Amino acid sequence: MTAPILSLSNLHKAYGALKVTDGVSLDVGAGELHAIIGPNGAGKTTLISEITGEVALDAGTVTFDGADVTALPVHARALKGLTRSFQITQVLPGFTVLENVATAAQAHDGSSFRFFRSAGADKRLTDIAMAALGEVGLAARAALPAASLSHGEKRQLEIAMALVSQPKLLLLDEPMAGMGREETERLVAVLMALKGRYPMVLVEHDMHAVFRLADRISVLVYGQVIASGSPEAVRADPAVREAYLGEEEFG
Amino acid sequence: MAENPVTPPALPASPPLWRRLWLPVLVFALLALVPFVWGERFILGLVTRAMIMAIAALSLDLILGYGALVSFGHAAFLGLGAYAVAILFSHDIVDAAIAFPVAILIGAGFAFVTGAISLKTRGVYFIMITLAFGQMAFFTATSLSAYGGDDGLRMFHRSEVFGTRILANDTTFYFVVLGTLAGCFVLLKTIVGSRFGRVLRGAKENERRMRALGFDPFRYRLAAYVIAGSICALAGALFANLGMFVAPAYMTWQRSGEFIAMVVLGGMGTLIGPIIGAIGVTLIEEWLAAVTQHWKVIFGPMVVLVAIFARGGIVKLLERGTGR
Repeated sequence: MTAPILSLSNLHKAYGALKVTDGVSLDVGAGELHAIIGPNGAGKTTLISEITGEVALDAGTVTFDGADVTALPVHARALKGLTRSFQITQVLPGFTVLENVATAAQAHDGSSFRFFRSAGADKRLTDIAMAALGEVGLAARAALPAASLSHGEKRQLEIAMALVSQPKLLLLDEPMAGMGREETERLVAVLMALKGRYPMVLVEHDMHAVFRLADRISVLVYGQVIASGSPEAVRADPAVREAYLGEEEFG
Repeated sequence: MAENPVTPPALPASPPLWRRLWLPVLVFALLALVPFVWGERFILGLVTRAMIMAIAALSLDLILGYGALVSFGHAAFLGLGAYAVAILFSHDIVDAAIAFPVAILIGAGFAFVTGAISLKTRGVYFIMITLAFGQMAFFTATSLSAYGGDDGLRMFHRSEVFGTRILANDTTFYFVVLGTLAGCFVLLKTIVGSRFGRVLRGAKENERRMRALGFDPFRYRLAAYVIAGSICALAGALFANLGMFVAPAYMTWQRSGEFIAMVVLGGMGTLIGPIIGAIGVTLIEEWLAAVTQHWKVIFGPMVVLVAIFARGGIVKLLERGTGR
């Protein structure tokens, strides 16, 4: 196996007596789609925030693309290619759909301390953005304000923004949350198409989607990884069955 | 997933040019006509003052309207620019070619230092800390006994321009101020639409998202604060020349509040709105003050009415009036 793109080593984080991350270590290999599942309150979103830098760690190191990024702030990690989508979609609501994506592209296109040329008329950014919108199936919505999109479309928009961010790793925090069956299917298809092109960390409750997409699954319970392995191995793991006891959705 | 690979969808159409331009063109055309219609010194001076306030309000709109940063100390920059010109004048440095750039640099420097500190805070704390810096500037000016202290400082004539006294003519001065206002408007319009402006606006829309995209909002906000401070100091340099006088009263917190009112009443984040707001407020104040000394009793409710019935300011009202 080649060197992992992301390597978490013994992460710890506590809020008072509550240990939200309790000695998590895991590797995400190049090209791998690594799903993180676990019951509510297991600390999945916190773990994502620790990877992106929004939550400061008590202990442990985050190694990304061969470099220790533990001390870097959110924006610096993002510029290195650590790209995320949010559990609750985060778009720029007053911007058009196109400008949302163009803004994401702009972050990776030299300095933004350029004061005099119109950004809206910048053909290079616009072309990059339109291509990404085509890829996620939102091209026809380009001129609309992002606030007017449906929930599912905002998810697609977030993915388009991620695609133009020159990602080396995509962190997707519950991308299917709050979506209908049809929207979920469309998103699974989008992720299927992206799989292999980018390594991904997928936090998701929709088990059908997880077992269809994941190469490897880690199960997080009370801040600890209780199992990690192929979908088949995880499905058969008795400790996992125990943790999910009573939850029909599993399996 | 591509919907239709053959015909790429049309790019977003921007609104027609006339719709974006009619209001600025109308405002500047009216301002350019004023000296030909009303030649009286009083009117000319009054509208010149209104335009100087408009430059200040315009600069505040960059950080307030596009950056959502409610600065309650913006008048400090007006005072700094004015004092820079008057103090240099008292040392016989009377040429605008030196005094105006110095004024702008002092505004930029003060903005950089105070901005670097106050932009570490948000919301109410930002308001409080900018207010505190504004008050510091105010009290420093009152204690400058060498430069008039509370009484202020007088200039014997307007700044020279490369040794000439062309600004002494009120009409010339009027057009210099009008030209400066137009220049600042075009400059800020350009900045707001640039890559830089996009990041500034994006950080107002959703700061968390912008960080996740790789932008550090602080640096862009600080740069915007410095630009705003510089332009407001330039307004101050013009203000000192208007009455050939400066006083600590130029930088009271009440004036900072007035700038906010001008921006909000005119229309935040529109640039043309704050110009209309500043001119409107200045003229109405003057008119009401002539009618009755209790003019604030009338002016206050007027502000309240606009705030309630014209959300988005006068500009929104006008745009609705033209069928959109």
